[in-house]
Amino acid sequence: MKNIRNFSIIAHIDHGKSTLADRFIQHAGLVNERNFKDQILDNMDIERERGITIKSQAVALPYHASDGEDYILNLIDTPGHVDFSYEVSRSLASCEGVLLLIDAAQGVQAQTIANLYLAMENNLEIIPVINKIDLQTADVERVIEQIDTELGLDPFSCLKCSAKEGIGIEEILEAIVKRIPPPKGDPEAPLAALIFDAHYDPFRGTVIHCRVFDGTVKSGDIIRFMSNQATYKVEEVGRFLLSRQKCEKLSAGEVGYIFAGVKTVSDTHIGDTITLDDRPCDKSLPGFKEFKPVVFSSIYPIAPEDYEDLAVALEKYKLNDAAFVYQKDSSIALGQGFRCGFLGLLHLEIVQERVEREYDLSIILSVPSVRYRFTLKDGSIIFVDNPAHYPDPASIEKGEEPYIRATLFMPERYLGAVMKLCMEKRGEDSKLNYLGPGRVELTYVMPLAEVIYDFYDRFKSITQGYGSFDYEVLDYRESTLVLVDILVNGEKVDALSQIVHRDQARPRALRACERLKEEIPRQMFKVAIQGAIGSEIIARTTISPFRKDVTAKCYGGDITRKRKLLEKQKKGKKRMKTIGLVSIPQSAFLAVLKSDTDN
Amino acid sequence: MDSRTPGLYIHIPFCLSKCHYCDFYSSTSISAIPDFLGALFKEIKMVGGRFNSFDTVYIGGGTPSLLSPRELENILASVRENFHLISDPEITIETNPADLNRSFLGSIRGSGINRINVGVQSFDENVLGFLGRRHSVKQAFSAVEASRKAGFDKVGLDLIYGVPDQDIDSWLNTLRQALVLSPEHISCYQLTLEPKTPLGRRYRAGELTVPGEKLQYQFFMKTSEFLEDAGYIHYEVSNFARKEEHASRHNQKYWDHSPFLGLGPSAHSFLWNRRWWNYRSIDRYLASINAGKLPVEETETLSMEQLRLEALYLGLRTKKGIFLRGFKNRYHYDLLTEKKKILGRLEEEGFISVEDGCLHPTKTGLAIADSLSLI
Repeated sequence: MKNIRNFSIIAHIDHGKSTLADRFIQHAGLVNERNFKDQILDNMDIERERGITIKSQAVALPYHASDGEDYILNLIDTPGHVDFSYEVSRSLASCEGVLLLIDAAQGVQAQTIANLYLAMENNLEIIPVINKIDLQTADVERVIEQIDTELGLDPFSCLKCSAKEGIGIEEILEAIVKRIPPPKGDPEAPLAALIFDAHYDPFRGTVIHCRVFDGTVKSGDIIRFMSNQATYKVEEVGRFLLSRQKCEKLSAGEVGYIFAGVKTVSDTHIGDTITLDDRPCDKSLPGFKEFKPVVFSSIYPIAPEDYEDLAVALEKYKLNDAAFVYQKDSSIALGQGFRCGFLGLLHLEIVQERVEREYDLSIILSVPSVRYRFTLKDGSIIFVDNPAHYPDPASIEKGEEPYIRATLFMPERYLGAVMKLCMEKRGEDSKLNYLGPGRVELTYVMPLAEVIYDFYDRFKSITQGYGSFDYEVLDYRESTLVLVDILVNGEKVDALSQIVHRDQARPRALRACERLKEEIPRQMFKVAIQGAIGSEIIARTTISPFRKDVTAKCYGGDITRKRKLLEKQKKGKKRMKTIGLVSIPQSAFLAVLKSDTDN
Repeated sequence: MDSRTPGLYIHIPFCLSKCHYCDFYSSTSISAIPDFLGALFKEIKMVGGRFNSFDTVYIGGGTPSLLSPRELENILASVRENFHLISDPEITIETNPADLNRSFLGSIRGSGINRINVGVQSFDENVLGFLGRRHSVKQAFSAVEASRKAGFDKVGLDLIYGVPDQDIDSWLNTLRQALVLSPEHISCYQLTLEPKTPLGRRYRAGELTVPGEKLQYQFFMKTSEFLEDAGYIHYEVSNFARKEEHASRHNQKYWDHSPFLGLGPSAHSFLWNRRWWNYRSIDRYLASINAGKLPVEETETLSMEQLRLEALYLGLRTKKGIFLRGFKNRYHYDLLTEKKKILGRLEEEGFISVEDGCLHPTKTGLAIADSLSLI
């Protein structure tokens, strides 16, 4: 056990975490040059394409240290985006130390600090590492100063490297061995292993990723999940050496996987403790920091007959994404679907893409919403995250919405434009903090609903990518809320209803109407698209009808050809939703959703 | 059961020159005419039995007026020999004005052809040049006059509108000239740029601008108003008749799912729920017939749903519309009940009317008949 080190790399997005992991893997000789591809731990297509890490990944790196001993360094990769801090939390619970990676040119950013706090909460050894020192724009001295003043860490403890160029890798590996403590725990004690991840393998069933804290587990053991007392017989245990590698046993301090014939995905709970059935431990290991979904949206299959497939896909997906929650939902416009909770908008996008790619389903999402709180006249309090459940306005005593504290880092030159954006987003109680020459930290208290509505993209665009952003949810505050409905030819399209602040109702409704106008093809008659609060119309657009479409000649030889054309159109029309006698293509729903996320 | 009498179509696949807009099948190798006729006579014999009697014959093309009166007479003789033509059949021929002289017209009238369609297309020399026609405006006038003198009392003119850069006034001028000839029948086709034609290629290359939808609609409505004011009946999207009896009996068969037999290359046939068509190639047509086989390239069997869709879009092209009880009996679908809501809305919008058990398109309805059929 003294030759095991469990560690993570934590960093702000784009600070080079995946590249450093690549170097470690190459250094350990786990892959040869020929088989190597960049960001080797990011094995989801979507991670590679977006250049981000979404899922935690574990890999065991064999290392021969300068003290002459052989070590196993278990690297647990972590995501960098604000939405995925729950993944970071899960990874850190399995570690004794972290590398805190900081870009030499960009310096300390919002997620650097957020991740540092998570590591501190877990009492981990922290090794600051300055990356990208080869860059022309690198300012190592300034970053060392930030490590001292902004992070409160010992500036002399930091290492310098260029993961891209392979500079300083050996020094980091040595520091891991020397500075990160070996895992504690007793291999002879009753088994206590923490489930930190799980995924579904079509051939083997559920693959449980765990960190053993005490005891030993081997094939043939009967294990028990502490949360539901379910028992399973262990079929195989092993370690992660890029791919799964079977081994005899997993003992205290080790990280690895367990196959135990767990067929039902929902029986595995991330954060749960595994023990042995005949010799259980006293109590569960401390679970993870709990993350609550803050953004809600409904997912529907584009083809109604795909509903069952979607149900199965979400169940399997959920196994791999502990923060994702969902329940059944239905819409008059879009049919049977699921109401889902997400940690943020990026999380929502990732779920959408992964479900579509990994399960080959076409899905559509309703307009995202936060969870509102209403106090009714009879004194009862209800939470509403689905516009379909908006209470009768006459019964509402008071409406409240969740507020956040947004922390924004940026070069000073963008301050004016960012403040203007925050004011527009109903930001208040601003605080400005000069971090150093030319760099500022700005905090605002603002409604979460404003942040999920195109805030992030606009902030990034205003600061030309130099700004970074993080937020924490504060509390509920009173707000003038209204339910905006969208009507097509007088009929309500329930999937497009939104709960918004009174002041935003008109612009939001108008934007939705305009988007629909662009996407709904012209029909035989005039189509009115309206935004309404109750019976009050607050926005309106119309689609003028087409007047001429008939083909000029239609005789013996034209009939089949014409019919085939019409059949094709008819088929296309079948894939549309008909509301108020108007055929609405899926793209129209997506366009309205897009107006909420894109700019 | 459908008891309507079938119609016979004969395709003459030859032209002296190809018009720039036309995508009907034809060849300019007129030396192949004798071989073709030989094969056609064989086809008539081979097919006999499946169809026995017809009440219309339509000789189209191509340019049937390229044939000699003798050749046309032989075709009709062969038809009469192998099929039963019921009394007073409608026998139509499509012609090019350049081919029509007194003796030709007199002879074909004598062989029983009683309806003549003259491919005038326009009374504007510029338009004729643009379309690649091989006749002049003057020839069109004299062709119609000669037809009258030869005893044709059913003369039809084919016209084209919506030509690039044409405005409504210049089109109405063509219509005015047409009325001078008091034709019994006028077909007014909006120019369609078919992909495999010279005009289609020019359009794809961006050389031509065609009227937008709004202008197309104006052309359509103005044409209808103008000819109705002159006493014509707008009985199908593109067809006008001076009196009810002047409407094309033969073409009506296409629009009400009556059976028809097509002979010659590329000709289509329809019976009950089957449609088949001949090779769109003189060579393959000849080869097949000379090998003793019917020159059928493909056959399709239509499902009830396909028949229903066809009946809808074809029926809605015609003024008389769809007889609802007949539709229900033949296609097992009660339009009035199944589509109550949308039909109500379309009636409100003035696109259709339901009268005497029929679903009629209005004039604005005719203009969007294709979409109406997708309800």
